[in-house]
Amino acid sequence: MSFYDTMTRLEQLPYEALWSRYTAEDVKRALRAERVDEEGLMALLSPAAEPYLEEMAQKAHRLTRTHFGHVMQLFTPMYLADYCVNHCTYCSFSSIYDFPRKKLTLEQVAREAETIAATGLRHILILTGESRNDSPAGYVRDCVNVLRRYFASVSIEVNPLSTAEYAELREAGVDGLTLYQEVYHQETYRALHVKGPKRVYRNRLDAPERGCQAGFRSVNIGALLGMYEWRQEALATALHARYLQDKYPECEIGLSTPRFRPYLGEFNPASDVTDRALVQIILAYRLFLPRSGISLSTREPAALRDHLVQLGITKMSAGVSTEVGGHSLEGGTPQFEISDNRSVNEMAEMLRSQGLQPIFKDWDILSEPLGLR
Amino acid sequence: MQDPLMIGGVTLTSRLFIGTGKYSRNTLIPEVITRSGSQVITVALRRVDPESSDNIVSHIPSHMTLLPNTSGARTAEEAVRIARLARSAGLGNWVKIEVINDQKYLLPDNTETIRATEILAAEGFVVLPYMSPDLSAALRLKAAGAAAVMPLGAPIGSNRGLQTKELIRILISETNLPVIVDAGIGRPSEAAEAMEMGAAAVLLNTAIATASDPLLMAEAFRDAVAAGRKAYLAGLGPVEETAAASSPLTGFLA
Repeated sequence: MSFYDTMTRLEQLPYEALWSRYTAEDVKRALRAERVDEEGLMALLSPAAEPYLEEMAQKAHRLTRTHFGHVMQLFTPMYLADYCVNHCTYCSFSSIYDFPRKKLTLEQVAREAETIAATGLRHILILTGESRNDSPAGYVRDCVNVLRRYFASVSIEVNPLSTAEYAELREAGVDGLTLYQEVYHQETYRALHVKGPKRVYRNRLDAPERGCQAGFRSVNIGALLGMYEWRQEALATALHARYLQDKYPECEIGLSTPRFRPYLGEFNPASDVTDRALVQIILAYRLFLPRSGISLSTREPAALRDHLVQLGITKMSAGVSTEVGGHSLEGGTPQFEISDNRSVNEMAEMLRSQGLQPIFKDWDILSEPLGLR
Repeated sequence: MQDPLMIGGVTLTSRLFIGTGKYSRNTLIPEVITRSGSQVITVALRRVDPESSDNIVSHIPSHMTLLPNTSGARTAEEAVRIARLARSAGLGNWVKIEVINDQKYLLPDNTETIRATEILAAEGFVVLPYMSPDLSAALRLKAAGAAAVMPLGAPIGSNRGLQTKELIRILISETNLPVIVDAGIGRPSEAAEAMEMGAAAVLLNTAIATASDPLLMAEAFRDAVAAGRKAYLAGLGPVEETAAASSPLTGFLA
């Protein structure tokens, strides 16, 4: 059994007819439900829920404050390397673009870490492109061994790895895995991932599950919204999250809601995800998975982020650069353009002004450092 | 009225234990402490950051007994490591063991909790384990050296009240340990009810931290816990199904 079986079932559903089937009554039933099931989730994502966004928001807000409190976890991504063997039509790190690729040395990792840690952040998410030659799991592990001196939590967002590689990284001190499917719709997935190992849909789809099996404390998934019809993509993401949470109750399954952003090339998204649609997705996720963390990135503009903090979001990035070495080195190429350029301090101030406590630290790495074992 | 609660060599006059994790700002913590009258406060080690200017511990007055908790631990080994880190960070030798393997309901794992209690009690910690209210587990925790047991009233953060009332009642009558009801209490009336049943104390966080006015709610819980305790000491009258007849039918037998 894998989530692939669920995807196969979903792709056989008559989608167009399904979404128009839901009525206001279905939405109200889902709003009253103690536990929202798959039918309820679909009602909440359907056009019938659009007039009920305020009711959904009130409930999502209440659930989030009860389960998480008046707090917001902050983190920042750190790009280690932008070498990539894949050609994905929507990404600036694609192998077809000719720009000077970079990979941080361990000394540069330390310098970058020091700069970021000086802002007060204690949670870091490290990223690489996909290159088994230039940024293999062993390189990531060596970087983690440096980073754990500066941070209380290290998560990874790298190409799909094997269960054994994930387990090795977990032992090195990595506690979280982030891996976006990008697009769940298989045909679109194949069209967007033109070349490279990323073309293998199932290897990516099953990777979060391998992360759960390897024992990560948290596994964070998401669809890059805009690549295919957003209702279907949100449905698949939420069902994927519940599949993992049901099967691996010891792991915290989280969701992200990245919306497509401009990059080096000229790819245009297939599905226009409006602000209203984004809000509907976030609220449906919260009502369907009341205890799951939901992250919001700086892909979204500051003004919108300020409103979304009350609607179910529990984690936000701050002080972001999407370039390799973007905090302490010169001349990188951003993976995508960010919209919210605020510093960590500015983000913390905004949160406080909204009655939310910014949380910089919410874990301690428990494994022994490499070399001491 | 002298009615102290003795745990781990500390004499407590307040039977309300509080938390720290869900406030909109840490500066509320000392105010909640004052208004609740609480003397024991739990803090997740994962949130403690000695390098931060807003370190949660720096907001806790020194007269409080700190109860570091092992939030985030999924196994006995992790709980033990977190407890040792807390002690070496200078947070004292009390520990609330919290081993949770289930992110859906956040229910504690009694088996792992018993293992962690054995190890930590042997190392001199004052161990207060958070547990599912199961008598055999409570007795094993006692044998392992727990200073109290802390059964849940309902899942953490659920504000559902004393759903496990009958099981907690059994722990109170059979374990001969202080029973501290932890988690699930959403209303002062529920805290009072736990105390009326003979609970030694209650621990709660969400109900105060997420109230519209946390300070007033802290006061409400202070009063409810004190009232419930007094009722327990006073001896509640038995509950009768029917009114007691003022003209007894068998009076002539006198």
